[in-house]
Amino acid sequence: MIFEGKQKIWSDYQKEIPSDGWFYVRSCIRQNFFPASEKYFLAVCRDLLGHDIYETRHHTTCGGIAYHSDTIPQETAMTIVARQFALMKEAGYKNLVTSCITSFGNYTEILETWREFPELEARIRENLWKATRREFDKPEHLAHASDLVYKFRGEIAERAKFRLVDKTAGRPLRIVEHIGCHYSKMFPHKGIGGAEYPCVLSGMVEAWGGEVVDYPERRHCCGFGFRQYLVKANRGYSVSNTHKKFESMEPYHPDAIITNCPGCPYFLDRWQYVIAEQTGKTYGSGGFGIPVLTYEELAGLVLGYDPWDLGLQLHQVAVEPLLDKIGIEYDPSAKYLGLDRKDIMRPGLPEVLKCC
Amino acid sequence: MIDFGFSLSKSSSIKLDEVDLSLYRRLEEVEPGVRICMGCGSCSATCNASKWSGMSVRKVILDLQRGRDMKEMLSCCMLCGKCSMVCPRGINTRHLILSLCRLYESGK
Amino acid sequence: MDNRKILVIGGGVAGLEASKQLLRLGLHPVIVERSERLGGHVAGWYKLFPDMRPASDVVNQLVEGVKGATVYLNTRVAYMNRLKDGFSVMLGNGTGLHCRAVLITTGFRLFEAARKEEYGYGVYDRVITNSDLEAWFGGEADGRIPDNPRTVAFVHCVGSRDLKAGNQQCSKVCCMTAVKQAIEMKEKFPDAEIWCFYMDLRLFGKKYEDFYINAQQQYGVHFVRGRVSEVSEDIAGRVVLKAEDTLTGHPVKLSADLLVLMSGMLCNRDTESLAAMVRAEVDSDGFLRSRDNICNVNESNRPGVFFAGACTGAKTVPETLAEARAAALAVYNYMSGND
Repeated sequence: MIFEGKQKIWSDYQKEIPSDGWFYVRSCIRQNFFPASEKYFLAVCRDLLGHDIYETRHHTTCGGIAYHSDTIPQETAMTIVARQFALMKEAGYKNLVTSCITSFGNYTEILETWREFPELEARIRENLWKATRREFDKPEHLAHASDLVYKFRGEIAERAKFRLVDKTAGRPLRIVEHIGCHYSKMFPHKGIGGAEYPCVLSGMVEAWGGEVVDYPERRHCCGFGFRQYLVKANRGYSVSNTHKKFESMEPYHPDAIITNCPGCPYFLDRWQYVIAEQTGKTYGSGGFGIPVLTYEELAGLVLGYDPWDLGLQLHQVAVEPLLDKIGIEYDPSAKYLGLDRKDIMRPGLPEVLKCC
Repeated sequence: MIDFGFSLSKSSSIKLDEVDLSLYRRLEEVEPGVRICMGCGSCSATCNASKWSGMSVRKVILDLQRGRDMKEMLSCCMLCGKCSMVCPRGINTRHLILSLCRLYESGK
Repeated sequence: MDNRKILVIGGGVAGLEASKQLLRLGLHPVIVERSERLGGHVAGWYKLFPDMRPASDVVNQLVEGVKGATVYLNTRVAYMNRLKDGFSVMLGNGTGLHCRAVLITTGFRLFEAARKEEYGYGVYDRVITNSDLEAWFGGEADGRIPDNPRTVAFVHCVGSRDLKAGNQQCSKVCCMTAVKQAIEMKEKFPDAEIWCFYMDLRLFGKKYEDFYINAQQQYGVHFVRGRVSEVSEDIAGRVVLKAEDTLTGHPVKLSADLLVLMSGMLCNRDTESLAAMVRAEVDSDGFLRSRDNICNVNESNRPGVFFAGACTGAKTVPETLAEARAAALAVYNYMSGND
């Protein structure tokens, strides 16, 4: 692998990301899957680093999942997005940052479609006006939240309490990065680093002391695949895609996986349990799986936030082996205490995949 | 083992460098002409059995190169020799089929 | 004043052969070559199909033939102005010339393989181009080529027949080059398996089909009809290719020790600005536009401006040489008022 060759490609795929003035829209599913990720995006980028990021409780889903699973037509998704733009305008913001990759892809696709078909944009303006009496401006900059964390990766590294290093072995952690199809495969120039060799996540890993694993099936889908998962008859395709990735990354013995999509960490995490049950195989060391983290969770860990405050107890694959490698202290007895310190109950432990 | 109601799907991908070519290599020895097939499909187009049974000399050759068992398809051949008449590369396809049948027989 | 001067822009095989003929016709070619040597791309090539003649023989013979011509190396054309009876030309080295006619023989450039990001040229250790391989055949060291490769893959049509990459043309010579290089690799490494991934095999020239049959029969080269869509690197540093074997209808994967990309041919970058100086036109394919593509391929739409070789489209060496001779005659006829 020739690192300079990747750098050359990265220089072709850079985008302007202002440090401030962002209107933040959340994902419809991430708060269930990774309940603290969005909270810590704001805690880190807004509260700790002091950047201007605003959110309103009036915003909604972008309609992306319904669009990708053929439940609503694109015009409906466009009108939902138009309303988000109207909220941004009303709040006095010009830049929009999304928490979700599919949202990011959805917003990008809509803006590109309007650019090519202005008459469609005019119709959506009319739809929104009729439905809500709102008017919107298109954002000057559109970013995914990982773009911002990428931009701030140096600021985070300066404040980091931990590095992505195996303390005992004294080596950088080997980390698999997975950007999610909707980040840049549809519009390579909208993603940092493009689509073949994206650097949005690898840039964070390297800035925080880790080593990126580039393995043959790196560009392959995580296995969510929307209709592949949502339709149970197709679900075998979903888990097969995930299985293919794990088989491909196995020889590299990754210590963790970092993702920036809602679906990717969920399926890369949960399907390890299903694959273990179906094939008897696990991919971490000692019968454990490979921990899968969102970029906010990883940022939170290096900044020294408590793993249980970051919501890592909700992962299927145990994160404790990773915490031990980095040297992050945690209280095992507090793992299943809620924010109010009351017991939130313990999940049953799987038979094959070793968990804590 | 838990029944989830779905399971891993079998991949249709062929790993070219891991294919077992032993049978194809033995065929090459007795029928060196097999190597110059260019997949034009003349043999299959003219085949008296292809429309009803799926017989195709082109497929037999190519699929052997991909390590697949073609024994069943061979049984559809009527040995009429029509394919040999049309092959632009002059491959003795009829003889090739007989040789392949013999290799399958001897491999039993 | 010498009123027999002809400006020949480009000292590749087209410019050399045309100049040789111009000399024989009693004219005075002035060859302006931007690099430090004559012979163009062919000078960097090892052996030429179909006779497998060393390229250096051909180039040496051509260079021998231009004795008597004025040659400027490391020189570019700074500007050209049309006058009543020819062109006033200023070269980058400060030399001013008055020429009766201009013959553009600027050739081609290879498509930059790194632009097909999915093939990982410049990113993966074992990925090279057709011209890299040819240079290695010619004795240049190349650390990307392993000592004893077990599997070598060739990908045809890299940056040609590719609308998205901005070059929908067939580059024409690369299929034959791939077959030639596949055979040369097999000769060097008899135990290696050689795979060619093609969309169509376009082997149009004299003896090309013989090469193809030989590659199959004698050398056992594997041909897979399908375009490689993705290349990655495995833990051992080998390249992993994904393609569809369109004739079986199955996706295929191949791990190889070396991947050779058959980069296509594009018009040279500065040809367009040169053409603009004499108001010659550029065609929709990015190459120079001939007066017509059947009878007057060597002529531009402007009097006194002529073309030869790959500046009007991808060509083989013998085609280029034939065109160069025809161009010399066209210039001669123009000078004699016979056109």
